[in-house]
Amino acid sequence: MSDTTQQPQRQMMKGNVAIAEGALHAGCRYYFGYPITPQNDIPEYLSAELPKCGGTFVQAESEIASINMVLGASAAGARCMTSSSGPGISLMQEGISYLAGSELPAVIVYVSRIGPGLGGIAPTQGDYKQVTSGGGHGDYYSIVLAPSSVQEMFSLVQTCFDLADKYRNPAILLTDAILGQMKEPVIVGPRPEPKAQDKPWALTGNQGRSKNLIKSLFLGDGEMEVQNWKLVEKYNRLKAEDTMAEELWMDDAEFIIVAFGSCSRMVESSIRLARAQGLKVGLIRPITLFPFPEKLIYERTASIAKVLVVEMNTGQMVKDVKVNTHKNADVFFYGRPGGGMPTPEDILEKIKEFY
Amino acid sequence: MYHDCIMAGFGGQGILMIGDILSLAAMHDGRNVTWMPSYGVEMRGGTARCTVVISDERIGSPITGAPSGCLVMNKPSLDKYESWVSPGGALVANGTFIQESDFTRSDVSRLLVPTNDIAEQVGDKRTASMVALGAYVEMTGVTDTPGLKAALEKTFSGKKAKLVPINLEAIEQGRKFARENRK
Amino acid sequence: MAKPAEKMDAVFQRPETLIDTNFHFCPGCNHGNVHKLVAETLDEYGVAGKTIGVAGVGCCVFLYNYLNIDVLEAPHGRACAEATGVKRVHKDKIVFTYQGDGDLAAIGMAETVHAANRGENFTVIFVNNSLYGMTGGQMAPTTLLGQKTTTSPYGRSHEGDGYPIRMAEMLATLEGPSFVARVACDTPAHIVKARQAIRKAFKMQIDNMGFSFVEILSACPTNWRLDALTSQKKLQEEMVPYFPLGIFKERSTADYL
Repeated sequence: MSDTTQQPQRQMMKGNVAIAEGALHAGCRYYFGYPITPQNDIPEYLSAELPKCGGTFVQAESEIASINMVLGASAAGARCMTSSSGPGISLMQEGISYLAGSELPAVIVYVSRIGPGLGGIAPTQGDYKQVTSGGGHGDYYSIVLAPSSVQEMFSLVQTCFDLADKYRNPAILLTDAILGQMKEPVIVGPRPEPKAQDKPWALTGNQGRSKNLIKSLFLGDGEMEVQNWKLVEKYNRLKAEDTMAEELWMDDAEFIIVAFGSCSRMVESSIRLARAQGLKVGLIRPITLFPFPEKLIYERTASIAKVLVVEMNTGQMVKDVKVNTHKNADVFFYGRPGGGMPTPEDILEKIKEFY
Repeated sequence: MYHDCIMAGFGGQGILMIGDILSLAAMHDGRNVTWMPSYGVEMRGGTARCTVVISDERIGSPITGAPSGCLVMNKPSLDKYESWVSPGGALVANGTFIQESDFTRSDVSRLLVPTNDIAEQVGDKRTASMVALGAYVEMTGVTDTPGLKAALEKTFSGKKAKLVPINLEAIEQGRKFARENRK
Repeated sequence: MAKPAEKMDAVFQRPETLIDTNFHFCPGCNHGNVHKLVAETLDEYGVAGKTIGVAGVGCCVFLYNYLNIDVLEAPHGRACAEATGVKRVHKDKIVFTYQGDGDLAAIGMAETVHAANRGENFTVIFVNNSLYGMTGGQMAPTTLLGQKTTTSPYGRSHEGDGYPIRMAEMLATLEGPSFVARVACDTPAHIVKARQAIRKAFKMQIDNMGFSFVEILSACPTNWRLDALTSQKKLQEEMVPYFPLGIFKERSTADYL
């Protein structure tokens, strides 16, 4: 018989804190970061918690330094993380490219803010394009996961660590200030002891083995091309094995909305309103933005010919939806950039317009 | 059951805290809940706002443009949010800063609560927001005493545990006022 | 008549950690000397098997071809950030960066200064040859006034280009570093001093004293457009007067904050 007093209780938790606690649950004991709104709860929480569990918190001199400290700690074999927002993530792109080039696992939490430029601290999904295209220089992709609830902030950051290690590739958790500042009940069990990770490639000193080298420089004739195709193989495996999406109300749907992250929450509410009026609307919510749920979109649009993409930006995901829809399907877009948030009523109007 | 509400007032009036307590109470009741603080530059402009959504089903949007209820602790918040309330919804206002003549809506259940006076009678002026919360709970039936008590015990733990009774009393007095004065 | 070979005593041999291969460095360049000194030091302390090197970008990057140790290749300028990450994970290991002057004093200035200021317990081997070597001899922060490079074809002018930065002196003003020195590899006597400085720097790390930094003046005959010998003469006559050799900071346990 299970002891119910040991069952994890629900607790109200802020999204950003859930990410930080999720990282600790994943065994992350190294965090390097630089302050920027709206993600500061993460370094603040970790600066208090990491010393208590034998971990290391470093406030770096810049986001450039943060991501490179992450690169160093990752090369040393540790699960490690940084977090930032638009301007800071832009500064990190060089390092993320090097992580991908050096095939190093790392988790980067991206709490988006409106832009371009200094923009503002309001929530947005305007960084979809940046993260799903790789972001830095060279022919690579980062794994990108987009939670839509505080519970998912907690769990998907752990998935990020697992996928990063599985594929030896940087993984980005893409969120925004809605999810970051929101509190919801989450189930958080006791923090487990970090599991040892088998990383024979890590730099630990070459006592008793041949030396390890971690690099992204490939100067030899044709070397880089070989490496590029090797990365492609990895991305193909990632697509086949770890693409994630949620489907809601799809059983009888005659009209599909595709939305991710915080925006999908507004869409959920709008679909309840639509269904109350007899409109059979379904939701496809990509959880992995890279890899994008290409196959699912293709299959569903073979029988459902209308797709509305709703985003908190000017239409960055539309292209990914369009290239993957069945040839007969029409793709429409509704979005609010710059901190504008589509209300369920706004979305309902659009559903009626395109249904 | 579905209920969404906006709570707003001056920074320092305890808006985020009573929103927290309401959401903790709803969680205690076994419901789904979201608590969303105001987010943006207005945080520095001296106003505080939070949105609480409570439901038996999975919650979609954590923000709302047409709340089932609204609790406003100052005049600027009344001016901003009164028009948002769904027809038939609840509008609870702080009588310390707002007068009956300030209301413009007649299709909502309005209640003006003399929060400071009641809080003083309870014994601590700082419990004014709890009085307002009590009145709001009574007007909407969104939660009940067991949930609120559990929420207060979570909020005031350790050295602050001694604050639970007076805050609970403030909530109860707010409820009593609402029971006796609702139209 | 010569003695039979088996009776000869070995008075000098290649450091074990230095891989038996040809350097790609140009004739007269001092990188080879510095590699050898680092390898000797790691062997002397018996720590090569627990050492992680972080290679900067430029001529330094092929460190991994020459030293038989684990090596991480850092993005341009970021080696001190990488080393921070590595050392924070492996506090019991020996970590050093190997960087040139464009890498460390221009693009990597912030990472270098802040790692030094935090007193990160690793060692920086800084090879200053007054320009960007591998990219084709462009002006660096350490290029001397009047020195012609491919991007200062009329000679470096303080108006517009500023002055050569003395990294060792600058870092010595910080509380974090335990040891800061500048040496050269132009003469046997200077090589002896360079060896001592590098040994001292690694010793500081082994003793957990914090950030240690050795700047080594080096010639770049190819980009200076000089032969090997003349370039060493130029180093002595032009670089050393502006970049004086010596120890700028050496902390003893007693003044460790």
